[in-house]
Amino acid sequence: MTAPRLAPRTALVLGLALVLLAFMAGAASGAYPIAPAELLRMLAGGVQDTPAQLVFLNIRLPRLLLGVAAGAGLGVAGALMQGLFRNPLADPGLIGISSGAALAAGVVIVLGTQWFPALPHTLGSWTLMLAAFAGGLGVTLLIYLFAQGPSGTHIGLMLLAGVAVNAVAAAGLGYLNFIATDEQLRNIQFWLLGSLGGARWSAVALVAALVAVACTAALAWARPLNAIALGEAQAALLGVNVERVKRAAVVITALAVGAVTATTGIIGFVGLIAPHWVRLVAGPDHRVVLPGAALLGAALVLAADAVARTVAQPAELPLGVLTAFIGGPMFLFMLRRFRSRV
Amino acid sequence: MTLQCVDARVSAGGRELLHGITATLRPGRFTAILGPNGAGKSTLLSLLSAQRRPDAGQVLLDGQPVQALSAHALALRRAVMPQESAVAFDFTAREVAELGRYPHRRQPTADEAGIVEQALAATDVTALAPRIFNTLSGGEKARVHLARALAQVWAPLPGGAARWLLLDEPTAALDLAHQHQALRLLRGWAHGQGVGVAAVLHDLNLALRYADDALLLAHGEAASHGPVAEVLTAERIARIWGIDCTPVQTGDGVLQYLFN
Repeated sequence: MTAPRLAPRTALVLGLALVLLAFMAGAASGAYPIAPAELLRMLAGGVQDTPAQLVFLNIRLPRLLLGVAAGAGLGVAGALMQGLFRNPLADPGLIGISSGAALAAGVVIVLGTQWFPALPHTLGSWTLMLAAFAGGLGVTLLIYLFAQGPSGTHIGLMLLAGVAVNAVAAAGLGYLNFIATDEQLRNIQFWLLGSLGGARWSAVALVAALVAVACTAALAWARPLNAIALGEAQAALLGVNVERVKRAAVVITALAVGAVTATTGIIGFVGLIAPHWVRLVAGPDHRVVLPGAALLGAALVLAADAVARTVAQPAELPLGVLTAFIGGPMFLFMLRRFRSRV
Repeated sequence: MTLQCVDARVSAGGRELLHGITATLRPGRFTAILGPNGAGKSTLLSLLSAQRRPDAGQVLLDGQPVQALSAHALALRRAVMPQESAVAFDFTAREVAELGRYPHRRQPTADEAGIVEQALAATDVTALAPRIFNTLSGGEKARVHLARALAQVWAPLPGGAARWLLLDEPTAALDLAHQHQALRLLRGWAHGQGVGVAAVLHDLNLALRYADDALLLAHGEAASHGPVAEVLTAERIARIWGIDCTPVQTGDGVLQYLFN
């Protein structure tokens, strides 16, 4: 069987077009709709101090940029994990980032007022973000260290340790749910389902910078990851420093997903399907899969957020619900279309 | 220029797999590594390729311990064809062969794509190149891996250092015609390009026809090492494999055995 594929450049241009499309849709839609024509005039700098512009600059633009950063970070991290584990079912959650962040967020939401009464513990507060970031990194480090052995990092062991640690973190979160008040419970649930609602320029700038660094760093590992598709032993015989690739992939993933999750809560499914999607249309070369997954992830999160803000006005649907709602059926459609390649 | 094992010992799981092997391989020669199952052939090959370190003794490339060389430096000097190797994701056969050029990514030759095409042609897989590797048959996969190994050490090295091809049962999955084609190709690389070739083989007649030397292993020791026809005597075959055989001369003057 041969493989009809889009050329790398075509695929990436297409991905970029999708991001722009989703960005424009996201910019126009919401509780305060902005007409596309006005949006274009504003982007061109032709309008000043209108209510539309205030909404756009202070609320919508940071939110859109957070969406781009979140989707790109999750997509690229998913591609790194799938490449490293040589498994299309891998996703960043596998190495404990999400569960660690969730547990830490749960601790802050439920026990924060009790333990550190002086700090702010609301959703979107710096305390919550920092705790979630540290929690994700901490748990990932724990899993990584656990998987160290005489011949380096044992990837299979890391996977299994991840499953066990994720289960423990879920149990911890379950206990927090049990002792939480109704309001705290709502906050935990809200956090677990993800939202771009907490986007403030300061946090957005930080996350966007971290994700940009992560994406750039990830690209340098594209060819080593291609070699690792042959197996770790074969990659080493080709001169790949497999241990360095593992360390880099884990660090990049932990930083990108940790930063995104700390700001937005858990946005599921994007890291899993974005790389898959790129492989289906453009083949498995990581030089396309890594940037392609970043673009598709960004487009998916932007589109999901646009829908989240409009379908249940004035309320907002949780983003994680939408990414799965939109991503799932589209992914099934892709699988159907390219079933012979799965 | 040599690839040497000096009193190399390997243990695994409390059992010694190799009890002190000393052998010297030379470039320009095709050495068949022979022996019954469990004799330590693949273990020896993994030592020679620096995939594994000996627990005692040394493996030397041009007199230098292989551990002292970086994975990259080794990858420029020797290619290894695995016995079997699953490839993750839907890489095409051409993309798999292209990975053989990975060590050269920083100093590519003028025609990297041309090298890959020539390697694919050399193992008769040009027609399979656009197909997805994982959908190929076992023998086709083996030929693509062989093309990848050839692509890796395709061009002579700038300093004139010897190149090596190490192969673990390269013919195991191949049909009769491709077995002969592959071994003829390897012999051609040894004699024509001065590449050192070492291949684990099970078919003694193929070894007799194509190899220059044989390194015969039994129970983790080197039972014999020398020109293949001197190593593979009827008595030795009977002693090591427990099979009686009758020597015959083929029409083209090659010693072969009929197994009784």
